[in-house]
Amino acid sequence: MAYNDVSNQFPAAIKLIIAGGFGVGKTTFVGSVSEIEPMSTEEVLTEASIGHDDLAGVGDKTTTTVAMDFGRITVDAHHVLYLFGAPGQDRFWFMWDELTNGALGAVVLADTRRLADCFSAVDFFERRNIAFIVAVNEFDGSYHYEADEVRTALDLKPHVPIVPCDARVSHSATTVLIDLVKHLLSAQP
Amino acid sequence: MRLDDMSEFAEDPWFDDDAGRLVRPYTVSNGRTQPTAKMDLLSMVMTTGQVSHRRLDIDHAQALSLCHQPISVAEVAAHMRLPATVTKILLSDLVDVGAVATRAPSPTADPTDTPLLETLLDGLQRRL
Repeated sequence: MAYNDVSNQFPAAIKLIIAGGFGVGKTTFVGSVSEIEPMSTEEVLTEASIGHDDLAGVGDKTTTTVAMDFGRITVDAHHVLYLFGAPGQDRFWFMWDELTNGALGAVVLADTRRLADCFSAVDFFERRNIAFIVAVNEFDGSYHYEADEVRTALDLKPHVPIVPCDARVSHSATTVLIDLVKHLLSAQP
Repeated sequence: MRLDDMSEFAEDPWFDDDAGRLVRPYTVSNGRTQPTAKMDLLSMVMTTGQVSHRRLDIDHAQALSLCHQPISVAEVAAHMRLPATVTKILLSDLVDVGAVATRAPSPTADPTDTPLLETLLDGLQRRL
C-alpha cells in the first residue's frame, strides 16, 4: 500500500466545526470564509450505529442520508483548514461524534430570535469537552442582546467567549475563527 | 477485487440536474459498502502517476482525475456527487492498485498543540 512514499507532500488537514440550529446561517458562514465554493457531501448512515461502534448483529437498521456542507482555507503550504457545517436538526445527533472526531474546536452560531435552537449544540460540546465559542449572527431585524443576556439565556460558563458576527461578511466570519483559535490558545497550560 | 474485474459493471455516471445521479451510488461501488483502506472525510489522497486512467473504468478514472493535487476525500465526494462511503471505496480501490497514495487519517487533532494553533492563527490573520 502506497502510504508513505509521497505522504510528506500531503498537507495536514485541520478541522473546525460550525454548529447551530437549522437555518441559522452555517452554510452562509462557511461560504463567506471558504476559498472554494462551499461543497456538500453526503454520508449514508445507519441509525443503528447511534452510540455504538459495534455493528455486529445489526438487524433492523435503517439508513439516513445526511448532507454535510464544508469549505476550505489554505493556512500555509503544510496545513489546510476544513470547516464543516454540522447538521443542526436533532434527528442528526447520532452522527455528531463522527463529525467532531478530530476537530480542534467549534463555533456555535446563534440567532437571537431563536436562541433555544443552539442549546443542543452547546450541550454537546460541553459534554464532550470540545472547546467552542458562541457567535451571535446579527441578521437584519434580529433583536440585539447584550453578551451577558445571551450568556444567561444559554447558561454558558464564564470562560466561553460570545462574539458578534455577520455570517455574510468574510471579514466578520474570519474574525470569529480567529477568536476561536485565540480561545483555544488561551486554554493552553 | 481487481479493477479489471469491475469494468463490466462500469456505466457512465450520467447526471441529470433535476433527477440527480442516474446510476445508483452503490452500483458504482459494485454493491460494496466497506472501503479496504481506512479513510475518513479528511484523509488526503493524491495520484502516484503509476497507473494510467485508461486502465480504469469511468468512475475510478474520474476519481483519479481529481487527485492531481492533494485533495480530501470529502472534496472528491462532492465533485463526484457520490456519498462519502462510496467515494472511500473508489479511492481505496485506487490505493490498492497503486494509482493513488493516501495519508492515513490524521491522529485525533490535539487542541493543546500550541505551535499548530499559532500556525492556524497566523494563517487566518493574513486573510483579514
